[in-house]
Amino acid sequence: MTRVAVIVFPGSNCDADTLAAAREAGSDAYYVWHRDADLRQADVVVLPGGFSYGDYLRSGAIARFSPIMGAVAAHARAGGPVLGICNGFQILCEAGLLPGGLMRNARLKFLSRPAWVRVESTDTPFTGLYDRGDVLEIPIAHGDGRYVVDERTAAELEASDRVVWRYVRDNPNGSTRDIAGVCNAGRNVVGIMPHPERRNAPILGGQDGARVFYAMEARHATQHAVDVRAVGDRHLRV
Amino acid sequence: MRAVPFPGDPPITPQLVRDHHLTDEEYGCIEALLGRAPTFAELGVFSALWSEHCSYKHSRPILKTFPTAGPQVVQGPGENAGVLRLPDGWAVAFKIESHNHPSAVEPYQGAATGVGGILRDVFTMGARPVALLNSLRFGPLEEARNRYLCAGVVRGVGDYGNCVGVPTLGGEVDFGPGYGGNPLVNAMCVGLLREADLITAAARGVGNVLLVVGSRTGRDGIHGASFASEELTHESERRRPQVQVGDPFTEKLLLEASLELIASGHIVAIQDMGAAGLTSSSAEMAARGGVGVEIDLSRVPTREPGMTPYEILLSESQERMLVVAKADRVTDVQAIAAKWELAATPIGRVTDDGLYRATWKEQVVVAIPGQRLIDDCPVYTPVAREDEAIVRLRAAAPPASHLPPPDEVLLQLLDHPAIASKRWVYEQYDSTVQASTVIAPGGDAGVIRVRGAEFGIAVTTDCNSRYVALDPYEGGKAAVAEAARNVACTGARPLGITDCLNFGSPERPAVFYQFREACRGIADACRALETPVTGGNVSFYNESPTGAVAPTPVIGMVGVLARADRAVPSHARTPGDVVLVAGVTRSELGGSALWEALHGFVGGTPPRVDLVAERRLVDLLVAGAERALFRSAHDCSQGGLGVALAEVAMGGPYDETGFGLDVDLSAYGLRLTALDLLFSESHGRAVITAAPERAAAVVALAQELGVPIERVGSVGEQGGAVRVRLRDARVEHPVDRLREVYFSGLPRRMGD
Repeated sequence: MTRVAVIVFPGSNCDADTLAAAREAGSDAYYVWHRDADLRQADVVVLPGGFSYGDYLRSGAIARFSPIMGAVAAHARAGGPVLGICNGFQILCEAGLLPGGLMRNARLKFLSRPAWVRVESTDTPFTGLYDRGDVLEIPIAHGDGRYVVDERTAAELEASDRVVWRYVRDNPNGSTRDIAGVCNAGRNVVGIMPHPERRNAPILGGQDGARVFYAMEARHATQHAVDVRAVGDRHLRV
Repeated sequence: MRAVPFPGDPPITPQLVRDHHLTDEEYGCIEALLGRAPTFAELGVFSALWSEHCSYKHSRPILKTFPTAGPQVVQGPGENAGVLRLPDGWAVAFKIESHNHPSAVEPYQGAATGVGGILRDVFTMGARPVALLNSLRFGPLEEARNRYLCAGVVRGVGDYGNCVGVPTLGGEVDFGPGYGGNPLVNAMCVGLLREADLITAAARGVGNVLLVVGSRTGRDGIHGASFASEELTHESERRRPQVQVGDPFTEKLLLEASLELIASGHIVAIQDMGAAGLTSSSAEMAARGGVGVEIDLSRVPTREPGMTPYEILLSESQERMLVVAKADRVTDVQAIAAKWELAATPIGRVTDDGLYRATWKEQVVVAIPGQRLIDDCPVYTPVAREDEAIVRLRAAAPPASHLPPPDEVLLQLLDHPAIASKRWVYEQYDSTVQASTVIAPGGDAGVIRVRGAEFGIAVTTDCNSRYVALDPYEGGKAAVAEAARNVACTGARPLGITDCLNFGSPERPAVFYQFREACRGIADACRALETPVTGGNVSFYNESPTGAVAPTPVIGMVGVLARADRAVPSHARTPGDVVLVAGVTRSELGGSALWEALHGFVGGTPPRVDLVAERRLVDLLVAGAERALFRSAHDCSQGGLGVALAEVAMGGPYDETGFGLDVDLSAYGLRLTALDLLFSESHGRAVITAAPERAAAVVALAQELGVPIERVGSVGEQGGAVRVRLRDARVEHPVDRLREVYFSGLPRRMGD
């Protein structure tokens, strides 16, 4: 089982959903309080959504100074997988682990609705179980979701296959080049604005987000057994 | 020790008493109760607890007529929230409350703090909040002030709930000239708990310690409770500094800390410091437990120096809780609070002398017999008399004029602010956090699953104030009936209600008549549908220089689905499905959206609610869903069958398109005109779609349960045309045209 550390900041509010989604995918997921300095042998680190510190200064701007962020950065530098969802994505940008930043939505309003994103890169620890070009329906719920980078960085992200998800049908928040998620140069740190943990079961309207979590487990399985194995009740392509 | 004035306190004069909204008679009661004149701080305490908002002094005798018992009731009225029993040891705590006055002068903070208060009412029962709803009323959007209020309230509601991480699952928004000077902002919260973990807000255990947990106390919101108990005037703008400021981030910490404290067993009671702040929370907890309390106000952490006992007692600073800890567990309580970065400060203790006592260090500033402070508030039964103008309006008809053909009327109705999609509003609310949303806003009722359980919970709020204004008794019945229909359309069995009764001044006979009759209607409907009243809120004095608000008793209802995965959506889903209409359509256009939209006329006799038929329809909807007979179910309300059919066809707010519909009503409701048939708002009806092979079973079930039902047509192709054939008319529109009109009505008016 992959050990998945879900970091809890004061104001995180998708921590329980993210933990549950990882566990449903078969991982050994647990919370790590932001004041701790130890990730407790995590294989994967997830920064969940929410409003860390109320987003009072700027989304993610205070959380990045939390004691645990030193350990998260070290984990990332060592090539360990890190996923930031929504506010977690904002924190990773603020911490300099991902390029760019997330600004107020173009329409200046909080927006909660389904979004459609296309998988642009399968070469990350979290998208390996999708096919390039898969279109996923996943909810968004954010006020500061407009991904902004300068043109040079955007071109560089495109050229190096680091745009991981892109909005299709419409761009709900005005993100640069319709970007919904990116990864770092090492491809191990990934940020996504929509919430895959909110769409991982038929009762929630679909399970387009589930493979983000299954991927964590599958990657672990291949690392440790180099085979194809069933995780939970699903047979996974690896 | 008797209470003595605090240095700097003003002398008690008749003017000062009046400024505290206490009548001469009430002041007489206070002196008799104390056997002396009150101190300034005591006057403030009485003014708060004897305000309408806290004492229900004009409504108590009426509220006592509500049915409150039932096998599903775990906690009825009188606590922070009502609690109903769910399957498998679970229970649901829920409550609705108004924040109308603060929102009228400061929409963003007024609405935000309304959400904060209702969240605290629910999590102090030991329940984790799992859903929010809100019921909003504004004046016509043609006026800039109303657009400002609407935008501000929606943003305030959203920002608070979004940050705390509780999904907003539904609610309603309506508009009318009666709300121009006085918008309504009612927030409802639904929480989930294990029944065994229920905690109440009754102080007990002499020697146990009172702690204030959370934010510091400031000078904001002083006299909010009595502000809420007066009419809005041009002077009210000056009340803006009395509106509290919300901090949802602290609220989230308080939520987690409170649930951990309750689970820890270190505390015996917990209550939000809501309206009238420390005063009401401590006095009510003491009275419920039949004990006394003693509080040293000098120990309450304050935001600013120099606050007086009076100010500390009456501040309504947000995000504060009063906790009664077991005497030997104070440091444990403080440790849990500290983990969530909150202060927990001991400020007093439970006593055995029954006195409500507040001191400043050693000096007693308040000493009032605690039980009498709560119980001795005078109760009034005002004169009730129906306004003659309403009697005339009920008998009136709209001006005769040339009416456009029905297909044009349908478009006008879909664009009407009361009917047009509220997507612009609810997409500003996080509706999917907690990853449990089965049916999101935009349907009949919101539905959530419960992790690890098979059942689900359906929630809604409803009230059509037009019916209440024209016939308060039928209007009260209708609000409950519509809520029950909405809940049942998802397949859920209605369990119980909470109510938010928004009216004008009870001291006016016409208003009190509306209140009394609407409550009688609510009570009768709740008895018939076996949905007891578990609590709620009375909001009187919703008056502004333009008059009283339209009477608006909002019903918040909770239902339970045996299987959450069988929840029935509102919209057609499959071409070829059979379309059925359950219930009877009568010529009932009084108070209809048709007359309002076409003639600007709100009058006539509103539709009558047949509670027996209503009950049968609910049974049909629930039984059909349990047997998985329906593909969709949607109730008929404003805009009648015509609008309901359009809504079934149009599909969800984010679908790329809807479905065509082929409906033939030429043999249905034979004696009715086309406009009656399409737009009459008769209650007790629903539009159902079912797979062709299930249609016969649907009809058989309806007949078995005594619900008239007719097959009227079929679902067409995606993106097709909606066609309704009538004897003397025909409606036909591409479904995309309907969607365009329906979804653009609100954003266009909001200039977005």
